[in-house]
Amino acid sequence: MSMRYSILRKPIIEGDKSLGQITDDVARTLETGPTRLWWFAFMISFSVLVVGIAAVSYQIKVGIGTWGLNKTVGWAFDITNFVFWVGIGHAGTLISAILFLFRQRWRTSINRSAEAMTVFAVICAGIFPLIHMGRPWLFFWIAPYPNFRGPLWVNFRSPLLWDFFAISTYFTISLVFWYIGLIPDLATLRDRAKSKIKKAVYRITSFGWNGSVRTWHRYETVYILLAALATPLVLSVHSIVSMDFATSVIPGWHTTIFPPYFVAGAIFSGFAMVLTLMIIARKVLNYQEYITLDHIEKMCKVILTTGGIVGLAYATEMFMAWYSVNEYERFAFINRALGPFAWAYWTMVSCNVIIPQLLWIKKLRRSIVVVFLMSIVINIGMWFERFVIIVTSIHRDFLPSSWALYKPTLIEIATLLGSFGLFFTAFLLFARFIPFIAIGEVKGVLSYGRRKNHKPATIQNSEQELEAVEI
Amino acid sequence: MDAQLYLGVFGNEDDIVNATLATNSAGYTIHDVYTPYAVHGLEKAMGLKSSRLTWACLAFAAAGLLLGVFAQFWIGSIDWPLNVGGKPFNSLPAYLPVIFELTVLVGGLGVVFSMLVRTELYPGKSVWLPDSGVTNDRFVIAVEQRDAAFDPDAVQRLWQQFNLIEAKSPAEVAG
Repeated sequence: MSMRYSILRKPIIEGDKSLGQITDDVARTLETGPTRLWWFAFMISFSVLVVGIAAVSYQIKVGIGTWGLNKTVGWAFDITNFVFWVGIGHAGTLISAILFLFRQRWRTSINRSAEAMTVFAVICAGIFPLIHMGRPWLFFWIAPYPNFRGPLWVNFRSPLLWDFFAISTYFTISLVFWYIGLIPDLATLRDRAKSKIKKAVYRITSFGWNGSVRTWHRYETVYILLAALATPLVLSVHSIVSMDFATSVIPGWHTTIFPPYFVAGAIFSGFAMVLTLMIIARKVLNYQEYITLDHIEKMCKVILTTGGIVGLAYATEMFMAWYSVNEYERFAFINRALGPFAWAYWTMVSCNVIIPQLLWIKKLRRSIVVVFLMSIVINIGMWFERFVIIVTSIHRDFLPSSWALYKPTLIEIATLLGSFGLFFTAFLLFARFIPFIAIGEVKGVLSYGRRKNHKPATIQNSEQELEAVEI
Repeated sequence: MDAQLYLGVFGNEDDIVNATLATNSAGYTIHDVYTPYAVHGLEKAMGLKSSRLTWACLAFAAAGLLLGVFAQFWIGSIDWPLNVGGKPFNSLPAYLPVIFELTVLVGGLGVVFSMLVRTELYPGKSVWLPDSGVTNDRFVIAVEQRDAAFDPDAVQRLWQQFNLIEAKSPAEVAG
């Protein structure tokens, strides 16, 4: 086997691109008309979205009695979907903020689309509690504002209210972070736009950006600050989501392990969704040189790590149920693994803990087909995790006479499908109208491991050179 | 543009950094440098100080934190004390999540707003580009022609060591 050794690291972007080529490659998708494949995918997603809109309209008109809930199981499908979608969003922020702070420069090829995914996933998530309110047109009552009803304020001790603050802050900061990152790219598109309308739109949206280093300098400062704010924010969001359960006294929910367990699960499922989307996008949009096999492998490693944490959490829960000698806690977990919803529990364990262990094998981490299938398996598993946590903990409560089962109605299933329709419709529109890859950021990592333009030190740039080596 | 500028166009990151360093140490007044992406080390080469936006962020975040603390205490124990499960009206631990979220929200939005004000970026602002390729693959350094002693040829000679693509004065750009 012949090996080529180099003191330089492997370039992040393959294909030895020039700066102009990167602009062309990314802008080409936006400048050529949509392909047939795009229309096909869009029509399917949009149709599913329409089904979802119909289902949601129906349940708002008739009421949430259209769901399969009963006196014992008061939370089921709806909250499962909410937690699932919020979790999906977490990978985007991890890539854009946490990996940025850790100087993981490979993030530049995927951060734009992962952040878009976050924004759309949080929109999907927000719909579910909104419908669950029963009277969604009064949703603004959850915001503390001076009103003529007393003024009657909200209950700041309620985790459901914390959730409102967490999700709305998360959505706002993610959107702003994403848009700030977009401004330089919109300026690039503005300067190459041919049609008058495009030029006008990009001129408005690019805020008069002209690449001034004085501006870049402040821009980078703000970028770091936003990343530093978004990092604890993303950890807080799923922690607070988990407190919706953990602050209750229901066996199976009332555990201190929930916040880290939920955050790890969120990142786990989010990266699976990023992989699903990226593997399709890199092929369809022809971005294999930007989103390389190395990117996929690195994401698989994140999945392996967070999946390990999730597996550990499952085991810890079981252990604590036994070790606590609390009969209700023990019952909740035995019921989870062996009761009527055992199929859901074992689906969860197989999809989240057992099957992902295959990713220890390097060959499989670099196999597109395996990783793609794995990402879907994990998403199914993580949906079931939330279902198992929510439904199995409450369907057999303290009074055996009130034990019940839960089955989703068609309306609930249509709503879940509709949320996928919304997600994919939004993502497809994003891929058509907004640069899929952060042009400016990818250019910044182009010289990584590829210092061919580097000339011998001239005047006093020895310090500069040191920096270059450190990178 | 108030000052008369003289522009040098370059084709890559290393050249612009080295040219900026040389121009700066040769005593010219650098008006600005324009790049298609954030080039690290360039702000040091230009002699820019670190941004004070960090302090703006801290101030906004502190404002958000105080808002969270006082709003919840005032609502919970002064304006409408509500007995929830016999818990004290001033239950700080229960207030922490909302305090934290408000800190992040106000800090984040505040610093972005400060940046837009400070860099004078706003929707629909008319653009001045030193070179049409500056958002694509060109790097431009702009020095100010302060007085009659400014010698464009000397600057051009200095820049030529760093693979200068072209040197021009902005009259050619504006056209």
